[in-house]
This record gives sequence, C-alpha cells and structure tokens, in this order.
Amino acid sequence: MTGHQPRSGGFAILVSFLIGLMLIILPLPGWAQDFRPEWVALILLYWSLALPERVGVGVGWLAGLFQDALLGTLLGQHALAFALIAFLALRLHQHLRLVPVWQQAIVVLGLLTVAQLVVFWVNGIIGRPAPDWQAWAAIPVGAAIWPLIFFILRGVRRRFRVQ
Amino acid sequence: MRLVLLATVSILLMTLDHREHLVAPAREAVSSVVYPVRFVVDAPFSIAERVGERIALRHQLIEENRALRDRQLEYQSRLQRMEALEQENQRLRELLGSSERLETDVAITQLMRIELDPHTHIVEIDRGSNAGAFVGQPVLDARGIMGQVDKVGPRSATVRLISDPSHAIPVEVNRNSLRAVALGSGDPQRLELANVPSNADIEEGDLLTASGLGGTFPRGYPVATVTEVEVEAGEPFARISAEPAAALDRSRKLMLVISEQAQPPGPEAEAGTDADDEDGGQS
Repeated sequence: MTGHQPRSGGFAILVSFLIGLMLIILPLPGWAQDFRPEWVALILLYWSLALPERVGVGVGWLAGLFQDALLGTLLGQHALAFALIAFLALRLHQHLRLVPVWQQAIVVLGLLTVAQLVVFWVNGIIGRPAPDWQAWAAIPVGAAIWPLIFFILRGVRRRFRVQ
Repeated sequence: MRLVLLATVSILLMTLDHREHLVAPAREAVSSVVYPVRFVVDAPFSIAERVGERIALRHQLIEENRALRDRQLEYQSRLQRMEALEQENQRLRELLGSSERLETDVAITQLMRIELDPHTHIVEIDRGSNAGAFVGQPVLDARGIMGQVDKVGPRSATVRLISDPSHAIPVEVNRNSLRAVALGSGDPQRLELANVPSNADIEEGDLLTASGLGGTFPRGYPVATVTEVEVEAGEPFARISAEPAAALDRSRKLMLVISEQAQPPGPEAEAGTDADDEDGGQS
C-alpha cells in the first residue's frame, strides 16, 4: 500500500489467505459445520493487527469477495463484512498490540460478531429465513482458536520476515 | 475514505447480483480465479475415490460387474416396453394435435466435495460454461429432479437444490394431473406444496412430477412423494409436505439435461412447429 517502505513476504500473506479460503470450503461432517470458524476473517484480523500498513480494508474486501465467490453467497456480502472488521481492527490495533492474547480474543469475538451480523443482515434483506441459533456457534469457536491463529501466524511472520 | 468507497461498491455489487444478474461476467471472472482453490480442496477426495477404484479386489470387481450386467439386462427389457409405449404415446399426442418430445439428452457431472454457504442449499458441480452449462439448466440424479443451475463459472457451476427455501418448482400429481407448486423448506427431506385448496384430491403417497410449466424443468420427471396432508377445518389451504425423490444430500453423480424445451433462448432454440405453451411461432 505504501510504496516507499521495504516490503517482503507478501507471498506468505497470500498463502495464508489461500489456506484460509480452502478451510472455509473443506467438507466437514454435518455436526461440525456449524462450528466452522471464519478462518479468512481470523487470518485477516491477524495481518491487519500485525501489519496495519500493508493489510487493511482493501485486502479484507478482496478476501471477502473471493469468499463470496467460493461460497456462492451474494458477491460483496462477505466483502462488506470483512472490509468493516478490517477497518475496526485498524482503529483498535494500537491498543490491541499491547494486551495479552486472551484479551485480544475477546475483541476478536466482538469483531467476528460484527462480521456475522452484516452477513445475516444482508441475508435478511434479500429474504432468506433467519438463521437458527446454532449458526452463531462459529463465533465463540473463532474467538477460542484466536490464540492458535496468533501464534502460528506470528511464527510464519518471523520465519518469512514479513514486514 | 476507502471503507466508505468499498462499502458502496459492495452494496452496489450485492444489489446488482441479487436484482439484475447484471454482474454475471464479473462473477464468472471471480469464479475462475477461485477455481484452483476449489480444485485443490476437491482433489484429495476424488483422488482417494480413484485410488479406491484402482485397488479394488478382483473378485469384488467381477461381482460388481455381474450385478451391473444383470441390472442392465433388466433395464433393457423394461426399456423395450418403454419404447413401444413412448411411440404409442407420441402417436396419441399427434392425434390430439399436440407435439411433445419425450426423450432427453443428459450430460453426467460430478459433485465437487466442497462446502458452500451453510444457510442455503446449493452444491457445486464440475461442469461450467465451457462444457455447455447454462443458468436455469435442470439437474437430475438417478431418482428425480435435484435442482437447477444457479450460477455458472467457466469450469464449475452452482446448483440450487429444490429444497432451498428460495426455490419453487411447478409440479403435478401423477395420478390426476392436479397442479401445484412445491417450495423448498430448508430441510433436504421435505418440500412444501403451496396454495393447494383443502378439498383438493391429493393424498399421502401421491407421486409429484414436474409439470413443465414455466419451461425450466422437463415434464414428467419425478420430484417428490407426498408424505403428509394436513387439513384444518376453516383453513382455505391444506398443509402438504412431500419428500424429494432425488437423494438431495447424498447423490454424487448428477445429470444435466441438455435437450428439451429447456434450452437457452437463442437461434438454436428448438423449432417447435406447433408448440403449445411458450416460444410458439418461432419457425
């Protein structure tokens, strides 16, 4: 985004998003489907907290667009949700970088809820029936695995010197 | 600000995608970009299947072969009668002055083992516009109608199942040609019949076939079997549930209907000499 800074490791970011997109459409047994965390959103949140000058609203929007294409949802539905949470994460990143991981997880819970609300809200507007309560289960699961995402991606970031 | 800009773009995109279907080229482009992701996720499953076929034991194969040959013989004999009946039917129709082609050509396609939006009933198949799939194309499995093609990418397509809450299919009762519309319920085992009067002649076990109205689905294919008819005194309409004939959540091999009146509008549209319902007077 900012041309003058040295950028490296864009490849690692891209690959992490690709893996996230694969995890989104990976078939799961029926009972586990409602617990599938929003992998792409989590990965997006990590990168936008770690490298706010490189990954932000634009990347979030693109990632959401690809997720829409993969899932067959309306084009722009997840794009809107992810752009919004990337924006919020950028707003909060100064504070979030200083707090321990479990406190970050609480904020992540809030952000995932926002994203899910946007998606369901759009579904509601186009006349899809309201989701049942299980549909919300993915949010706490996502927040619960945030520490895992955080440490894995931090490892990746250091290993590949993503700046 | 970028967020505002992108949010506007998203809302615009969603509106266009939902209302106008104007963004089909855009969707096709994005779909071809993400196709590799789909392919990679699907690959282990299809490879495992193929390897399974390879290492199947010899006697298993022989046995399976024998069973299939027996079944084919059985079908063949039924088909002979069927052909005679079809010709007779055609003759009768000619006498009645209505023309209708009964045979349909199908292309076999496979479900991709990937999961889509959990809140809708859609599946992905491995045939796209490159292989001739088009929006609205009917999709069958061995037992009945599965759904219709909803979105097309170059190498894959999305199929909306008849059980999707936003899907409706015109049907008729096989026994007495009573017409109705079967709506998806969001449950793969259940369809609902809309606006059937309480006094209509419909009972449990009735077979519902596609009525061909609307021109999307070919007439005569089984859609569902009525499982429950609930009539409440004072209610103008009966509450009727039906179980889809197709194995919506299990079938892996599907068929795309190529011929029949369900062709995309265009110069190659079937030259119906005295077509009874739509696209009349083309030739």
